[in-house]
Amino acid sequence: MSKILVVTSGKGGVGKTTTSAAIGTGLALRGHRTVIVDFDVGLRNLDLIMGCERRVVYDFVNVINGEATLNQALIKDKRIENLYILAASQTRDKDALTLEGVEKIITELAEQFEYVICDSPAGIEKGAHLAMYLADAAIVVTNPEVSSVRDSDRMLGLLSSKSKRAEEGREPVSEHLLLTRYSPERVARGEMLSVEDVEEILSIEMIGVIPESQAVLKASNQGVPVILDEESDAGQAYSDAVDRLLGKEVPHRFLEVQKKGFLQRMFGGKE
Amino acid sequence: MNQADLLEKAPVFQLKGSMLALTILELSSNDLDALAIQLTEKVEQAPQFFQNTPIILALDKCTDDTKPLDLERLLTICREHGLSTMAIRSDRPADLTAAKALNIAVIPPSDARERPLAIAPAAETPAEPSLIPARVITHPVRSGQQIYAKNSDLIVMAAVSAGAELLADGNIHVYGPLRGRALAGINGNREARIFCQQLGAELLSIAGQYKVAEDLRRDPAWGKASQTCLNEEQLEISEL
Ligand SMILES: Nc1ncnc2c1ncn2[C@@H]1O[C@H](COP(=O)(O)OP(=O)(O)OP(=O)(O)O)[C@@H](O)[C@H]1O
Ligand SMILES: [Mg+2]
Repeated sequence: MSKILVVTSGKGGVGKTTTSAAIGTGLALRGHRTVIVDFDVGLRNLDLIMGCERRVVYDFVNVINGEATLNQALIKDKRIENLYILAASQTRDKDALTLEGVEKIITELAEQFEYVICDSPAGIEKGAHLAMYLADAAIVVTNPEVSSVRDSDRMLGLLSSKSKRAEEGREPVSEHLLLTRYSPERVARGEMLSVEDVEEILSIEMIGVIPESQAVLKASNQGVPVILDEESDAGQAYSDAVDRLLGKEVPHRFLEVQKKGFLQRMFGGKE
Repeated sequence: MNQADLLEKAPVFQLKGSMLALTILELSSNDLDALAIQLTEKVEQAPQFFQNTPIILALDKCTDDTKPLDLERLLTICREHGLSTMAIRSDRPADLTAAKALNIAVIPPSDARERPLAIAPAAETPAEPSLIPARVITHPVRSGQQIYAKNSDLIVMAAVSAGAELLADGNIHVYGPLRGRALAGINGNREARIFCQQLGAELLSIAGQYKVAEDLRRDPAWGKASQTCLNEEQLEISEL
């Protein structure tokens, strides 16, 4: 049984592409045949984060337009078995995607793959709608701030009313919340919403809390999904999130303010 | 056509038994002047009833023998008030003779049960207001979503997010935090109320009178289970 999973947020720049890359890679690492599809036509960067930008020949729009076959456009990951990427077009605009085209390609992918991860563009307009329309499940990516939470709430509303499942009156899209760029220090200082605040406002299950981490920037500059950096807090937090997505019960980590190490206490000033 | 032909014709009629529900006008007095006045009153109250309505005139309960009953005048009074007499019911010899002279049918008195007819006054027959079931929402109402309960109450059994809007012609109940907008009695129903388990609304309105979050925040009921109703021109909020 294949599962179409959209990674969406409403608000831009909150970490959807980082999350799509990490979760998709994590699923493939656990043996699930997975494809990550970039829906952000005109602003593609999934290929950069996955480190395959130099191997993009054909993209999503080419396949929709019949200029290439799906197999020609799918890019196989060099590091991990079972992992493929379908890039977005850099030269086209958002209107290049049509509902019929998207439905045809995603359905075809669902026949070949266990997980089809749709990396949504920002906003709640056409692009975001196309990315979530066929979803069976959604990961709603949120930052711990009011405007991001509000947009996620909006997105949850659209998932429950504008998805194909909703339109056909089938079982609703299952909803998971992923809180990222979380900084316990800033929460303690009252500069950010806490996990509890966000959970209370959105009242859905939290699938992962990813800390604000230098490792993310480093990983994306190197074109390596951060989940492969097993030493990093963000990598471990994403790994936990993948386990939870697969139904495992894993306690949340990195929610508390870290005790400062010896050197930090020496040189980090007083707390 | 001769006699034999006519005899051979297929039967052109049938006699059938039936139990018709008929109205009976039961007279308790021979005072026809009083009857005329009282009938006129009744006709004014319920004109729709008195439109050539077939009746049986029951004279058998009329025990008043002070003066003889003028049957011809009685029939005229009935006709003038929209009642068409089919037969009289009586066993008094005088009545039977009069009926025969006027060519009107007579039926014998019976012990069948009869109940007084309640004739509804026409002017005061508003249709019984039929119950419109409340609209019940069991999922969270998210930012950007709007829910309207037309001609009924709205019941939400989950959270209502900031940026969501609830509208109802009746009352609004929220069994969860109310963080969005809630407008009750939007058709102008000043009796409508808003109930919620946790008041955190951006706006509350009843029949067009409203309060925004800025005012609501200062209310002691903020964050608590509360009810809001309209008192004169002011929204009144109280803890539950
Ligand atoms: N946990 C994190 N810690 C630190 N930086 C992060 C984290 N997650 C994401 N970022 C940074 O945030 C920026 C936006 O991330 P990303 O591109 O994944 O967001 P997006 O939601 O896909 O954006 P868009 O809406 O433009 O598609 C990037 O610079 C990324 O490195
Ligand atoms: Mg992105």
